[in-house]
Amino acid sequence: MFAYIIRRLVSGVVLLLVMSLVTFLLFFASAVDPARVSCGKNCSPALQKQTAKALGYDKPVVLQWTDFLVGIVKGRDYPDDPALKKTAPATIAHCPAPCLGYSKVQNETVTTLVKDALPISLSLALVAFIMWMLGGTVFGVAAALRQGTIVDRGIVGTSLVFFAFPTFFTGLFLYKFVAIKWEIVPIPAYSSIADGGVFTWLNGLFLPGLTLALFYMAGYIRMTRAFVLESFGEDYLRTAKAKGLAPRKVLVKHSMRAALTPLVTMAGIDLAGLMGGAIITESVFNYNGLGKLAVLSTQRLDLPTTVGIVLMLAAFVILANIVVDVLYAFIDPRVRVG
Amino acid sequence: MTTTASAASSPPTSSSTVLSVRDLRVHFPTSDGVVKAVDGLDFDIARGKTLGIVGESGSGKSVSSSAILALHNPKRSKVSGQIWLNGTDLLTLGEEEMRKRRGREVAMIFQDPLSAMHPYYTVGNQIMEAYLVHNAVDKKTARARAVEMLDRVGIPQPDRRVDDYPHQFSGGMRQRAMIAMGLINDPGLLIADEPTTALDVTVQAQILDLLQDLQREFDSAVIIITHDLGVVAEMADDVLVMYAGRGVEYGPCREILTHPEMPYTWGLLSSVPDVKGDTDARLIPIPGNPPSLLDPPPGCPFNPRCVHRDKVPGDLCRTQLPLLVEGNRGPGHTKRCHLANPEQIYETEVLPVIAPSLAEER
Repeated sequence: MFAYIIRRLVSGVVLLLVMSLVTFLLFFASAVDPARVSCGKNCSPALQKQTAKALGYDKPVVLQWTDFLVGIVKGRDYPDDPALKKTAPATIAHCPAPCLGYSKVQNETVTTLVKDALPISLSLALVAFIMWMLGGTVFGVAAALRQGTIVDRGIVGTSLVFFAFPTFFTGLFLYKFVAIKWEIVPIPAYSSIADGGVFTWLNGLFLPGLTLALFYMAGYIRMTRAFVLESFGEDYLRTAKAKGLAPRKVLVKHSMRAALTPLVTMAGIDLAGLMGGAIITESVFNYNGLGKLAVLSTQRLDLPTTVGIVLMLAAFVILANIVVDVLYAFIDPRVRVG
Repeated sequence: MTTTASAASSPPTSSSTVLSVRDLRVHFPTSDGVVKAVDGLDFDIARGKTLGIVGESGSGKSVSSSAILALHNPKRSKVSGQIWLNGTDLLTLGEEEMRKRRGREVAMIFQDPLSAMHPYYTVGNQIMEAYLVHNAVDKKTARARAVEMLDRVGIPQPDRRVDDYPHQFSGGMRQRAMIAMGLINDPGLLIADEPTTALDVTVQAQILDLLQDLQREFDSAVIIITHDLGVVAEMADDVLVMYAGRGVEYGPCREILTHPEMPYTWGLLSSVPDVKGDTDARLIPIPGNPPSLLDPPPGCPFNPRCVHRDKVPGDLCRTQLPLLVEGNRGPGHTKRCHLANPEQIYETEVLPVIAPSLAEER
């Protein structure tokens, strides 16, 4: 099992390297000259050349890529000029490892930008995740138990309605009515646990989390419902009943356990995707998360930031896949490598 | 429209009787109409005895045994009649009362032991579960009991195998484990639903031997559901032949196998290959298919497939359902057939074809 995890991690890193190269090539081989963008409004040919040199844009793309990779491991300086380091250290921007690049547009290392935005997106993803998993399984099982009745149709139908609404609609609706008009919850604003404690943190995340959860829940309700219903037809469920087990135990221990595998698969991918930022929800609730950062940097043609975020998102997805595969082994003994 | 024989509706009088089924009907309402999977079934089984229920697929064997455990979804099925188990009519019990009897007074072994066990839990866990639900003991005791049962059913190194998962067991071992699970609460009645169908022939014999040994040891009644007359011959004291949801012939095993009086039973016997038998014996399949239970043929449900139909005067077979009554062989052997002289037809027309050597002996 341990060897398996190591193997998966190594292949994950390789995949990430390939991802980084592709992203790098796509952006830096584009029609936009990163040096021109980084140079700013009052740009002269000389200044542009200097900027290009400082950020390493004068080198061939592949070399830029290797510099980028080395930077992630060792950190790097902009400009990487030992002579200048001695004469004028103040003009050098140091980007400590893991260095994802330097955004001249925002005059900040990408790592710092991400570091500020990531906790917000992570918190949001986590809260939404817990909400939709709880809601999805509870409503899914409830629908399965009352298959074909009005309860079943009501649950599945309502969940589809929320799935069909775009998140900006649900988000704005909740914002406008629940927070502003009815004042059920305070106006959502992000406050880290360190700043305001867990309760304030949760309070601020409730509405945006709910917005996302309502959207994602539909799939989980349907999935739970389908797999619980499927398990009802399984022979082992008949065995469980024939043993004289109480209905609750049959449901929880035998039926829901069987529905766990597909749910974990879906949850892993969805959660990883959300960690990279929920663009629309963050914009609606004005959270400065990764999603918002990604949109801003693409709008400003801030290529280093965009590349950094894309890579991070890729890393999350790859990691989530590994975690899901390892979880399989814990859920299903048949998967355990002998 | 249906008439049943032996409309006895009182509880069994004999003290050794474990299970008495009276006029059992299991109907499934569907959008196409009512599927009468079991339509008027009667049988008794005494402590320590084995009843073999034989019939083709869809004859209602498994449906009736599931009804004994009340495993049918009450929303989708209608079960009526009487099922007397140890003096209680199970059909009058509430769900919770019934649940307490499942696994404790009546246990069931299923056809495919791989799918009948939950793939995510260890064999031991699943056997312990059966014990824990009916006995107020701690897990350690239950585990010891599970190991003891695994040992009893012939699993080597039971203290280690108890922690294995079903997929780590072979087919025969899985069925042994299922038997251990079924017998762990020492039930008075064990229903084995085609317990050997999914197994190798060599393993089949072992499992049957094991079942017989355990039956002697636990002195429980066993219902063995099968389409294999070889299994019946080996195991059963009594035989009930089922066709289209009804019993068509019922009696002591030896009697049914040597002097069958119903053409359907003849058909079953004709389609059994005999390894030891002479090579002149022919295998004769029963023509046609089992009837639709949604819209069974009028009269005797077997009449469209019956080759002896013309020997009955008039249109009786097509118009009137024969009763399950005693034939010429005396009490204890009942059959559902209009034929007046079944014994003679069997001796002269059926036996010489399927077992020439036997026919000569007589």
